[in-house]
Amino acid sequence: MSDTTTFTLEVLRYNPESDDVPHAESFSVPYQEDWVVLDALNWVKDNVDGSLTFRWSCHMAVCGSCGMMVNNEPVLSCKAFLRDYLKDGKGTITVGALKNFPVEKDLVIVMDSFMEKLEAVKPWIIRTTEKPVEEGTFIQLPKQLKRFKHHTSCINCLLCYAACPQVGLNPGFIGPAALALAHRYNLDSRDQGKDLRKDVTASEYGVWECTFVSACSEVCPKDVEPAGAIQEQKIESSIDWALDHLIPGRKAR
Amino acid sequence: MSRKPYEPTLPNTWWLEKPFYIRYMLREMTSFFVGAYVAILIVGLWQLSQGPDAWGSFLGVLSHPLSVIFHVLAFVFATFHTVTWFALTPRTTPIMRGDHFVPPGPIIGAQYVIWAAASIVVLAAVLW
Amino acid sequence: MSKTTGRKTYTRANKPLVWFPFAGGGLVAALMLPVMIFVTGIAVPLGLIDAEALSYDRVYAFAANPLGKIILFGVLVLPLWHAAHRFRMTIQDLGARTSGSRSVVAALCYGFGMVFTLLCLAALLSFW
Ligand code: SF4
Ligand code: FES
Repeated sequence: MSDTTTFTLEVLRYNPESDDVPHAESFSVPYQEDWVVLDALNWVKDNVDGSLTFRWSCHMAVCGSCGMMVNNEPVLSCKAFLRDYLKDGKGTITVGALKNFPVEKDLVIVMDSFMEKLEAVKPWIIRTTEKPVEEGTFIQLPKQLKRFKHHTSCINCLLCYAACPQVGLNPGFIGPAALALAHRYNLDSRDQGKDLRKDVTASEYGVWECTFVSACSEVCPKDVEPAGAIQEQKIESSIDWALDHLIPGRKAR
Repeated sequence: MSRKPYEPTLPNTWWLEKPFYIRYMLREMTSFFVGAYVAILIVGLWQLSQGPDAWGSFLGVLSHPLSVIFHVLAFVFATFHTVTWFALTPRTTPIMRGDHFVPPGPIIGAQYVIWAAASIVVLAAVLW
Repeated sequence: MSKTTGRKTYTRANKPLVWFPFAGGGLVAALMLPVMIFVTGIAVPLGLIDAEALSYDRVYAFAANPLGKIILFGVLVLPLWHAAHRFRMTIQDLGARTSGSRSVVAALCYGFGMVFTLLCLAALLSFW
């Protein structure tokens, strides 16, 4: 590793014990053709400043824990190759914590609000009537699975929350990933919990806060298509609402 | 150790940060021209109900250069609304055929066909 | 119906009341407005289309016909509410964040929709 080129990694840092606002700190990092931004951060942590704090685990775009802003775009840092941001291994890459979330320290965000919202939409199969074991398994046709399969791929990386201005403007907004997951279970042929979920997804904190910016679907690393999931729910909830008001007694289900 | 998370706020200029957001804001701004145009036409309808003279003065206002400039702008924005609206339809109403989704291309294309047909019908009715 | 989870109570909202006209109006606007703007705001005022196309007698005959009235109402009022709702959300995007300012914006935008809906109805119902 002689005469390696180096580039500048500018990290937005925040230390809750000494800072009131985040500040930028630059590190000179050796460039490697096959490195991703996460590798550069680990190099800094191992060689320069052990206090640099960030989340990661799988290093293969599966666990969803390494999301951050790289050059102001929300990305998985384990999937963001240095070579895509630099010219001949030189230049500057800026890294910051995901937008629209409180910052715990450096690149680590507080995700409690998301966990609450996720729980609120009941992202699991709900049955109003249990099927006895003797009656066998649930049959699901390929086309029934296909209908919602892309909505199941979410890894809770929260890039979509960082990309969505409505999340930033309306802190109570349930948000893209949780609403997509609600839709995923609503569409599952084995599920019977749609009506229960709608109390949350069709509330003022649910799909109505969305203005179809569709930035969520653009940044999603797993093609979950949250923007589409939300619009479909707007249409369905609207029809539902109309029927509730036209058919006497329907609402009191 | 006690926690003291930094709480950021989104600045009102957020939409200036990226071309993607600027495009979104232009799309939303089409509503200004859509609203203003239909409001003008509704006023025209009212003038129509008041007799030939009132209708004539409404047509006079439409011929004013400022009015034409406004309508050219409104035409550009309304067309932008059309294009963006069609582009998003595959997401709002995905269609399945058999075991697969219909790809976005045909869904968007079909809307352009309907758009062209509607426009031709209106033009034909006007020129009749 | 409402649902209380950990910390929050969720109640189904009445948003479809404005969302239905928004979505329907968006579609009508996408299909109809560009050609309408072209005819009434550009082509006739500039003489590209003969002024006779929008003469009092022709337009009156169209608007006096019950079917014409329904078409005009749909083509004007649906996009009107589409615009009112979208413009309201745009102002929120641009900085109306407190519930107080949001109520004012909503009142103004939907008030605009209401006033012009009534004007449109008054005009259409005043002659047959
Ligand atoms: S929907 Fe996509 S962007 Fe959002 S949390 Fe899931 S995987 Fe990440
Ligand atoms: S480290 Fe697991 S997704 Fe990046």
